[in-house]
Amino acid sequence: MHEASIAQALLEAITAEAKKQKAKPLSAKISCGAFSGINDEALTFAFEAISEKTICQNTKLIIKQKPVQAKCKNGHVYPLDIHKPKCPKCKTEEFELLPEEPLLLEEIEFEEK
Amino acid sequence: MPKVKIRKKILIANEEFALQNRTFLKDRRLPCLNCISSPGSGKTTLLAKTIEMLKGTLNIGVIEGDIQTDIDTRRIKKAGAPAYQINTNGACHLSAAQVSYAFHQLPIDSLDLIFIENVGNLVCPSTFDLGETDKIAVLSVPEGDDKPAKYPMIFARAAAVIINKIDLVKGTDFNIKKVKADISRLNKKTKIFLVSAKTGQGMKDWCAWLKELI
Repeated sequence: MHEASIAQALLEAITAEAKKQKAKPLSAKISCGAFSGINDEALTFAFEAISEKTICQNTKLIIKQKPVQAKCKNGHVYPLDIHKPKCPKCKTEEFELLPEEPLLLEEIEFEEK
Repeated sequence: MPKVKIRKKILIANEEFALQNRTFLKDRRLPCLNCISSPGSGKTTLLAKTIEMLKGTLNIGVIEGDIQTDIDTRRIKKAGAPAYQINTNGACHLSAAQVSYAFHQLPIDSLDLIFIENVGNLVCPSTFDLGETDKIAVLSVPEGDDKPAKYPMIFARAAAVIINKIDLVKGTDFNIKKVKADISRLNKKTKIFLVSAKTGQGMKDWCAWLKELI
């Protein structure tokens, strides 16, 4: 449900860039860590709703979910499946979670001027 | 079509307020705990009991976040602590800007510890940094022992997990050993407390941990 506030922040960020570029944004790539609990459909729906009648109307969101990274006790870094947390290399289940990447607006594709 | 690399944090506005809050707390050496749980886990009962037990030892202030009503603020004030209510009017989490305003509505210079009771929700509040010193999670026995596995995000980031309503564990299939193992797997450093805020069971250890924060 927090997708609504994220959509609002995203709209502001894309709009600011569109003003700078003086062009209409066609699509925007964003990435989010799995622990940020973002549901793709909910974010897309919220963004479509609030971007209506703005420069971001019809801007397509491309959402990339990034798995949480774990580091096992032997130092191997791997994408973590929380329900099968074994290290693929040494099979240990002793790991620590690495800090998660923030929600990022990665790239915007603009209309040709 | 021209593509422009941006690499900008989407929640930057919230993060700026969170940073401001963190500096504000650090300057005053004031610890602040952001309490996250499902609705009905007993956060307010836990805080009210904690306030009563630490009366005369720690001056606690509470920021209450709820979608509607000031029911929780009234309960905290009745327990003897200053409290400020934020109504989010539908939003499922508190933001750092709201908390920044709320700090100034509390008698901040007379406090030793601040609790932020976030909106009851195990998912959304964990994504929004409020600038708190630490997050804590409250899980209650009737919710079931599968919650840390199903909602790992908050348990992975909590400095302490309070398993509340432990007095109800008899007669349920809530497996304390399993829940502890699930939490520790996500977060080895987290401290786990088994308490009943209602009966007072386990509250001493929790209060002792809080005193160590100061």
